[in-house]
Amino acid sequence: MLMISPRMASGMQEKQYTPSLLSFFIYNPTFGPREGEEEKKILFYHPSEVEKNEKIRNVGLCEAIVQFTRTFCPTKPAKSLHTQKNRQFFFEPEDNFWIVMKPNKDGKPPTIEYQEEEILDTVYGAVVRQCYSMYKLFNGTFGRAMEAGGVELLTQKLEKFFYRYLQTLHLQSCDLLDVFGGISFFPLDKMTYLKIQSFVNKVEESLSLIKYTAFLYNDQLIWSGLEQDDMRILYKYLTTSLFPRHSEPELAGRDSPLRPEVAGNLLHYGRFLTGPTNLKDPEAKFRFPKIFVSTGDGYEELHLIVYKAMSAAACFMISASVELTREFCEQLDGLVGPQLTLLASDICEQFTINRRISGPEKEPQFKFIYFNHMNLAEKSTIHMRKTASVCLTSVHPDLMKILGDINCDFARVDEDEEIIVKAMTDYWVVGKKSDQRELYVILNQKNANLIEVNEEVKRLCATQFNNIFFLD
Amino acid sequence: MSEEHYLELCENPVQFEHASSVNNVFFDEANKQVFAVRSGGATGVVVKGPDDKSSVAFRMDDKGEVKCIKFSIGNKILAVQRTSKSVVFPDKRSLKLLKSQSINVNWYQYCPETAVILLSTTVQGNILQPFAFRSGTMSKMSKFEIELPVVPKPAKLSLSERDIAMATIYGQLHVMYLKHHSRTANSTSAEVVLYHLPREGACKKSHVLKLNTTGKFALNIVDNLVVVHHQSSQTSLIFDIKLKEPDCAVNTHQPVLPARSIHPYRIPLSGPAVVPSQPPVPCQLYSSSWSVFQPDIIISASEGYLWYLQVKLPPTVNLLQDKGKLMDFLLRRRDCKMVILSVCSQSTRGVLPVVATVFDKLNQVYKEYLEAEQSYTVAMESGPSRGSAAQKRPVRTQAVIDQSDMYTHVLSSFTERKGVSHKFIIAVLMEYIRSLNQFQITVQHYLYELVIKTLVQHNLFYMLHQFLQYHVLSDSKPLACLLLSLESTYPPAHQLSLDMLKVSLARCSSQITVPSLETRCCSTRCSGRSSRETSG
Repeated sequence: MLMISPRMASGMQEKQYTPSLLSFFIYNPTFGPREGEEEKKILFYHPSEVEKNEKIRNVGLCEAIVQFTRTFCPTKPAKSLHTQKNRQFFFEPEDNFWIVMKPNKDGKPPTIEYQEEEILDTVYGAVVRQCYSMYKLFNGTFGRAMEAGGVELLTQKLEKFFYRYLQTLHLQSCDLLDVFGGISFFPLDKMTYLKIQSFVNKVEESLSLIKYTAFLYNDQLIWSGLEQDDMRILYKYLTTSLFPRHSEPELAGRDSPLRPEVAGNLLHYGRFLTGPTNLKDPEAKFRFPKIFVSTGDGYEELHLIVYKAMSAAACFMISASVELTREFCEQLDGLVGPQLTLLASDICEQFTINRRISGPEKEPQFKFIYFNHMNLAEKSTIHMRKTASVCLTSVHPDLMKILGDINCDFARVDEDEEIIVKAMTDYWVVGKKSDQRELYVILNQKNANLIEVNEEVKRLCATQFNNIFFLD
Repeated sequence: MSEEHYLELCENPVQFEHASSVNNVFFDEANKQVFAVRSGGATGVVVKGPDDKSSVAFRMDDKGEVKCIKFSIGNKILAVQRTSKSVVFPDKRSLKLLKSQSINVNWYQYCPETAVILLSTTVQGNILQPFAFRSGTMSKMSKFEIELPVVPKPAKLSLSERDIAMATIYGQLHVMYLKHHSRTANSTSAEVVLYHLPREGACKKSHVLKLNTTGKFALNIVDNLVVVHHQSSQTSLIFDIKLKEPDCAVNTHQPVLPARSIHPYRIPLSGPAVVPSQPPVPCQLYSSSWSVFQPDIIISASEGYLWYLQVKLPPTVNLLQDKGKLMDFLLRRRDCKMVILSVCSQSTRGVLPVVATVFDKLNQVYKEYLEAEQSYTVAMESGPSRGSAAQKRPVRTQAVIDQSDMYTHVLSSFTERKGVSHKFIIAVLMEYIRSLNQFQITVQHYLYELVIKTLVQHNLFYMLHQFLQYHVLSDSKPLACLLLSLESTYPPAHQLSLDMLKVSLARCSSQITVPSLETRCCSTRCSGRSSRETSG
């Protein structure tokens, strides 16, 4: 179960940025079926410096493996390929379009014994899917690009997107949470929640152009007007890309050049995170990012307006066919700014009150990860700050791998289960699956026995999850 | 337009023989009785009051012109005044002097409801001295001065009896002064100045009602509203002294609504010469033969009618655009319930902020009633306390609109209205729930059921899920069972209902039997054990 690693120390593990991708490419075998046309199959290849023939060879190899394995299982194509030195992960998001990812082995000395790390498959498999989802969020499906401008447009879009996106991938810091792709919800009392509902409804009524709204506080979701699958990828984008980009300047000192230009608006603290950075300047051009979300029978393209006041952020999505003028932005700023500022301070106040009431008993003594497949709600007391660049976990990576293995076990069966593992160190790991919910607990109790561990977990369920029904 | 008349004369007035050369009509304000005295009483006196089922008729000797005639309560004793200094009681009785007071009086007014007499003293007549009559005693109250617009030099009587009226408004006695000219610069229009006359303590100027016009006026009080009739324009204005005007100085009031005349009144013709098909004759309103008495009586001596003046609430709805102010106004009126519910329904055709305001206004009143009920119940349960007066059970006025009223008359038909966006329907329901929560009123489960049913009907499952996640729809057993029944349409309902059952049954430490996959039945039993068992 354990990998001998030079970085094995207890406590916090900080992972540094290292180039984590060996290669990443996208191909469609139907685009170049004949001899001599192989290059046409390749729609995107990273790193681009690689010699053309090598690219063709790598693509060809994947194509061959997929074809070969299809004979054994026509319905479920190959997902990953493990070789002595590397792994590759395959994903077919749309008919005949394949994405292949080959991560870099993270500088570990080769060992004699190869441990089967099932978890890496699930994690990297999830990462590939996420790459596609993120591309799709900003560009629509591959099929759509093909319809609009053929292979040329598709390759352009892929290049433009993945060139930047792949630089943000940090595979070493991917773990179970990437498998879940969940959303962290902000805990809120009923009254404040209803006030937020009221605010969203009133804004949507006044500005009838707005089709969907999402409301977040402190990087956590409170309300989503979008369907789940769309919200989960948008959430990932907001929390790992957009918010961090704008929060670092906010946290910078008063005299730092990074500090954002405050438009001198004393009425409220609202500002646009996407779109116009300075409403006062009539000459300044602006644009909003466009995203694609699914509708009943396809996709729709929307402007994404992200507007923030203190720690509260509201996302407004408007049909991309509408042109958003400066007047509209001013109207939105005037309507939303003051109300959102007020709400943000209300939420902050409530949060402080609740914290004071619940007191230290609810402080996480337990290290756990919770995920509900039903609403994608996730909660982790193991991960400290997860941004694009740094991930801190307070738990040894080997324990995380155990969690991952339990998760794989759960995924294999439909029934509710409970698995208890004693790790080589003093740790016990308990995994519970109950009706679409998964809970993983890590306990540091050297001399405890099975019954005591079981009792501890029950206690956790009673305190932290007292309004959730877990089967025993 | 008949929809715009918010004042009307009552349907069944007291009819009496109209004043003429042979018939004199007198009105007793205390008992509200009209005396029709023919030929000084020789040919008959007919007495009719609004509460009397039939009139009282009798004869008395014509001993000269009658100046004033009244009955005591229950028509037991008759008093007649024929000279300026003596009162005659036809039946022999004995009289005892209880108290006497010597003051120079210009004129007086008496308020029967509160048993207070107001005397005009001093040369100018604007120092008023009230006396209160209580259980056989007469006690002097603090005198006070009416501010005159112009101080006459040399001093002369400047305050007329016609310009003063006493009335009870919102349970407090007020003296109303019709001030024809304001002393402030640039203002020649009249105003009504109210002085609050408390039982104990000094009388103070309390409100100023701006009339924004001049002329001849008369005052009535109806349903705690001050009604000012303006003869030359043949219209009336109403004022609510509890409505706060944001733009004006403190306690200055503008009319609540634009001036409108009293609803046109038709006099049904009667008598042997009348053909049944003859249409009723319109009655002349604001005529010079009209006399106005406190609080809400209008008498037309020339036509022989005594009316009670009434307020009609439905026309006010379209005349007042500010719905918040409209709600404040309606919630203080007596017969307001159906009108308020119609305002709620009407607001659901408008915008959300107005809907929110309307809900908040009525829930404020609802909450006050619930709290009063609560403290009464607590007081009763804790038993009779030493010496304190027995608490009165709080009266539920029509202004208390509870959740069942809203559900029946407004919300349930609203959710079924065609052509309304489903998002708006949910938004309105959530606005009502928000308002109830804001006033800490427990939301009834049928409202949550309405929300869930509407969400399911329009396939808004992602909204349902989020509401349940945040416990916006409070956990309860009926709701959990409703969710379970939705499982076939929306599988996640299974998980949500189990969670809800767990929370709502936590108190009685029940058992939850998880539905088996085959039978899909769910039952809960309350028992003393806290363990849970599973099956299936």
